[in-house]
Amino acid sequence: MSIEHRDDTGARFGMWLFLYTEVILFSGLFILYSMALSKFPQQFAEASHKLNIYFGSINTIVLLTSSLTIALAVTAIQLGRIKQTLILCGVTVALALLFLVNKYFEWSEEIGHGIYPGSEHLAEMGPGVTNFFNLYYFTAGLHGLHVFIGATLISVVAVMTAKGKVTSDRYTLLENSALYWHLVDLVWIFLFPLYYLIL
Amino acid sequence: MSEHTHEPVPYRTFIWIWLALLTLTGITIAVSRINLGSLNIWVALGVASIKSSLVIFVFMHLRQESKLFKIGLLVMLTILAVFIGFTFFDVLYR
Repeated sequence: MSIEHRDDTGARFGMWLFLYTEVILFSGLFILYSMALSKFPQQFAEASHKLNIYFGSINTIVLLTSSLTIALAVTAIQLGRIKQTLILCGVTVALALLFLVNKYFEWSEEIGHGIYPGSEHLAEMGPGVTNFFNLYYFTAGLHGLHVFIGATLISVVAVMTAKGKVTSDRYTLLENSALYWHLVDLVWIFLFPLYYLIL
Repeated sequence: MSEHTHEPVPYRTFIWIWLALLTLTGITIAVSRINLGSLNIWVALGVASIKSSLVIFVFMHLRQESKLFKIGLLVMLTILAVFIGFTFFDVLYR
């Protein structure tokens, strides 16, 4: 195999195109949110107060930090520092898991209070609050799924790096996984203030 | 397409951007606790947009990419604006 076709820029552009479609997917949910917000402003504020702002804030810090570590991992692989790359990927995956563990405790608490889609307690609080929590569970759930997929991708790429399949000369896979991870962070940047911080 | 690899971004740059992102998060949380009426949501969205640009241009290396990538982003944002705009022409004037 002496001559091999490679187009790293093309591969990155393909990833960007995919990420644009992801933004459109989430924006549909945000549009639903904004329509419901303009219809039920009071109820949305009331429902938002039921969310735990500490869980939300900690998870924001966790995701921003994981975005930093994966960005650093790309620099590390470019400089050929394989060990640092592996550590940084490991930290990113650990932070992703921490995010999901937080989410588990947060949702357990809310479900414990009788707040989950289709619950009677929610139905008693009227259509505005129900609308808020249905959208919250769907959007945060879809985002959580993306966290899980991103962490899996990064783990696979870390193993490939350890095996020498991703190198300082050939690291598009790591770059594209990092791009995906940053998208996960971007979605949360909008999700957090819109769901947790309405007054 | 010509094969060009990016210059590695120094660790320092990323760490500064991360600190900026954390500061902006603090600002969003602080401002959200003050009642500014409907202004609250616009401040939240404004700060979130600044944070996203930092992530997109620095963390995602868009700064270093060719024009094609930037046009792509612009096209996506235009589609999004049309999507949101047309929805609200309908919703607000019902």
